[in-house]
Amino acid sequence: MTANLMKNEVVAARGVKLAFGAVKALDGVDLVIRAGECVGLVGHNGAGKSTIVNVINGGLSPQEGVVSYGGETSGHGIATARASGVRCVFQELSLCPNLTVNENVRIMHPDLKGWNWRSRALELVKKQLQEIFPGHGIDCDSTVDDLSIAERQMVEIAISFAGFVVPPKLVILDEPTSSLDAGLAAQMMAYIRRFVADGGAVLLISHILGEILSTADRIVVMKDGRVVADRLASEMNARSLVEAMGNVVREQEYQRSGIARSSSPVLSMPPRRGRGLAFEAYRGEIVGLAGLGGHGQTETLLDLYLSRNGNWWPTPRDELAFVAGDRSLNGTFPLWSILKNLTIASLQELSSRTFIDNARENRLGLGWKNRIEIRTPDLENRILSLSGGNQQKVLFARALATTARTVLMDDPMRGVDVGTKQEVYEILRSEAASGRSFIWYSTEMDEIRLCDRVYVFREGAIVAELAGEAVTEKNVLAASFSAGEAA
Amino acid sequence: MKLSSSAVRLIIPAASLAVLLAAVFYMQPRAMSYTGLNLLFNLAVPIALATVAQMVIMAVNDLDLSMGTFVSFCACVTATFLQASPGTGILIFLGAIAAYAAMGVIIYVRELPAIVVTLGMSFVWGGLAVLILPSPGGTAPGWARWLMTSKPPFVPMAIVASVVIALATHFLIMRSSFGVLIRGAGGNVRSVERAGWSVVKVRAAAYALAGFFAVLSGIALVGLTTSADANIALRYTLLSIAGVILGGGEFVGGKISPIGAVIGALTLALAGSFLSFMRISPDWQIGAQGAILIVVLAMRLFLNRLEKREKSR
Amino acid sequence: MNGHRLLLAKPWIWSFAATASVWIITVLFTGGASSVGLSQAALTFAAFSVIVGIGQMFVITLGPGNIDLSVPATMTLSGTLALKLMDVQDSMILVGLILSILLGAIIGLGNYALIKILKIPPIIATLSMSFIVQSTAIWTNRGLRIKPPETLASFTTSSLLGIPHVAIVALILSAFAWLLLEKTIYGRWISAIGQSTFAARMAGIPVDGTRLVTYMLCAVLASVCGYLLASFSGGAALNMGAEYLLMSIAVVVIGGTAVAGGNSNIPGIWGASLFMFLVVSMLNTYGFGAGFRLILTGLLIIAVILVAGGRRSTR
Repeated sequence: MTANLMKNEVVAARGVKLAFGAVKALDGVDLVIRAGECVGLVGHNGAGKSTIVNVINGGLSPQEGVVSYGGETSGHGIATARASGVRCVFQELSLCPNLTVNENVRIMHPDLKGWNWRSRALELVKKQLQEIFPGHGIDCDSTVDDLSIAERQMVEIAISFAGFVVPPKLVILDEPTSSLDAGLAAQMMAYIRRFVADGGAVLLISHILGEILSTADRIVVMKDGRVVADRLASEMNARSLVEAMGNVVREQEYQRSGIARSSSPVLSMPPRRGRGLAFEAYRGEIVGLAGLGGHGQTETLLDLYLSRNGNWWPTPRDELAFVAGDRSLNGTFPLWSILKNLTIASLQELSSRTFIDNARENRLGLGWKNRIEIRTPDLENRILSLSGGNQQKVLFARALATTARTVLMDDPMRGVDVGTKQEVYEILRSEAASGRSFIWYSTEMDEIRLCDRVYVFREGAIVAELAGEAVTEKNVLAASFSAGEAA
Repeated sequence: MKLSSSAVRLIIPAASLAVLLAAVFYMQPRAMSYTGLNLLFNLAVPIALATVAQMVIMAVNDLDLSMGTFVSFCACVTATFLQASPGTGILIFLGAIAAYAAMGVIIYVRELPAIVVTLGMSFVWGGLAVLILPSPGGTAPGWARWLMTSKPPFVPMAIVASVVIALATHFLIMRSSFGVLIRGAGGNVRSVERAGWSVVKVRAAAYALAGFFAVLSGIALVGLTTSADANIALRYTLLSIAGVILGGGEFVGGKISPIGAVIGALTLALAGSFLSFMRISPDWQIGAQGAILIVVLAMRLFLNRLEKREKSR
Repeated sequence: MNGHRLLLAKPWIWSFAATASVWIITVLFTGGASSVGLSQAALTFAAFSVIVGIGQMFVITLGPGNIDLSVPATMTLSGTLALKLMDVQDSMILVGLILSILLGAIIGLGNYALIKILKIPPIIATLSMSFIVQSTAIWTNRGLRIKPPETLASFTTSSLLGIPHVAIVALILSAFAWLLLEKTIYGRWISAIGQSTFAARMAGIPVDGTRLVTYMLCAVLASVCGYLLASFSGGAALNMGAEYLLMSIAVVVIGGTAVAGGNSNIPGIWGASLFMFLVVSMLNTYGFGAGFRLILTGLLIIAVILVAGGRRSTR
């Protein structure tokens, strides 16, 4: 065992600190990966998994601490990382969909020059595919567009493991099995073992704990930008992993309003894609959507909203309002003033015969400015003159100012400072008490614990419903990570 | 055996060309001869070259609204400078190609809408053309004339040239590393960047290549018409876009087909003759072109839906 | 400092400043003799660009990729059909106007139907549409040049208190468009869609409905412009719309409307339209030909867009 640990390191990050504004994404992380080992990396949303991956592959530079490749500390960046044999398979597919498989190999391997690159690329990827997924049946001359999602993922994995001039020393796999079936996933894991046995290194991120436990030599657990556990896989099991990811501090008690359920739900939806549980929300309830990010929560909110909102005619009375999480993508209107951003969803109530009543608009704006404390001297200022937290408050005010009885929230507190959060929580509670319902997708455990009832998502479907006292970090974690075949 | 999407993309243009050709032969059997074919496809070569140029721009997700005026400009240069003093003519063409490359870089670096920048450039090229040739005139260089009017055995020049253009661009765009990069930049810029390529250089090269093909289009056009004027190729902007689309290309995503584009250009060239054979009044010729475009796009949408349904099954 | 901010906030000031200077230079060159005639001509010809420019501006405000290339064909068809229907009778003037408005509405509807049903970019949809519309115009025209009704012809060519009637019509339409843009829900909606279609949808805006209305509005304005232009020039010509394709886009860009969408600017269209006409007459008086004029226009468009930038300014 000691001999194994003594082997030379491929990548070492020591004391890495990185903050985005006030948010400490990494708070002194040590992560050493040596040749011939597979390291499993687990943690809940916001633990810092993807940030440390981006530091290792050169995409982000740490503000403190050092990253060394093969013991060398000189140089940092994508090129250095690539030259040191670090390869990365990202969660979103990064192939060019309009090119064939071997043309994608050409793009990924700039050093594959010469006249017959096409056949060499083909040979390379074919050999690698055959090695990882024997009997795969993928036609490497076909366009990526024509492949199924699973096949695309297999191709991307194969390209990353294929060695040309620089053989891969460390391959980072971020949820590599997310679209593979059990058989392919098993082949993948078996190949990782072979690759590691031949002296390669793998950093494996997965929400399937069984995979991690059976494949990794060592498991690193992250929480709040720190490594909270770094132990041999043989010393851990699914339960101890979930416990390690959870908060050490005793859970606080929250006051939950006992909801007397009215006869019928204000909003409901059958199980997504015919799997899992159905969704329901009642009057005055705060319903949380939990689980790891990207497992179908945002899609559920969009489906709910778009199915009840006309695209051709203005809806006479809006049932739903939406608070965006990704402000720049689907929230703010950057050219507009704060006031216009705030009132865009309530224009119909503010106008008579399609003409907007400016006096009423100003009154509404000022009312919300005071109620929700938007910190600006003048509502006529550009929305982008506000800090992120205050922009988010404007988006909240936009939704709350409408007459909608239900408000959908798509992880709206991402990157918002603590003070603002507390203020918004207060408003949510009082609005809920007066009969509004909130559907709240959040990646933060503290917020999930504020909810009356929680649906946990995994792989696009609702896998658990927790209510009242059962809404605990431990239960949410247990439902977010599937135990997998081992455990 | 399932068909690849690129093969499917070629079916419609090839089928529409075949149907159109069959209809023409049926109505006018005399067209089925060397001279007949030569007449039918007479203007196909410059249109095919302009279409290929437009296709390269569309491969990187842009659109060139100055194609028509640029080809006109090139035609004017061919009929004057290139004929009188070939050295100066070639220098002018090199400058024009460099301007295209610069345009590609500026659009990318400043994140400008290609439609508006090329619209502005269309005024510039148009103005330059008027300055060079204020009234119709000029003479075609002898070699261009010879090349375009030569009569190879068995198959007319227009068809030989179209096949050569199709094969050459197919090799360049679909087979070479360079073409892979251009299409990759249209398909997924981020992954091209992540693999360590310079997107600016790729785009500059794509635009320069488009400029090069447009220059050839201008030369070929003058070779056929023997003289030029400043408005000679204004239709080419729309024809080239329509040709790419007819040939199975798409506006975004780097999905293009050089062979399809050449077939699309041939179809457009033939459509004119077909409509006159049909005794459709010349009034409706442009309208029929619009209708053909709409029908082809509708057919493509239908096929795409079918394909998608098959895939999700 | 304050003045500087004002200039940044009101980009149309530039186009007016440029217009004024070109006017002065031209008038000086001709020794002041032409000032009244030049101004009247400028107002008249600018009026037509303004009317189509406003429609194009509404469409461009919808965001990247939105553009209407069917403007010239619509103008031609509307002019041709309206004159044919009116058949030199004064009593039919109103009927002709209603016909051209209806025609515009139908073309706009067709444009958006193609965009939506065939899922093709507006540039190709409106282009295909323009082919068909142009053919219809050729077919109805048949080389006959029908004169406009007497009253309508004299209305479009005369002026009130020195201001041409067509300029007054354009002014009224501009005021109406300004009201629509600044004071109504619809104006807010198109601006929101232009800044971010997705965010607009998630704020409860009926995106498709709004875009449909906008394309119809653009076609109606082009149609009305064709009606006026045909009456002004004493009959419809098949190429009467041709120069308005690029012109309608150029005046929008030079007028300071954001090409990336979301921000529109009606005074700027007036400035740019007057400027475009005056530059032409200035170059003509100095003896420069059409070539220089075109090059200058092109460089101007590129310079304006380079300075304004397609990238959204963050502050």
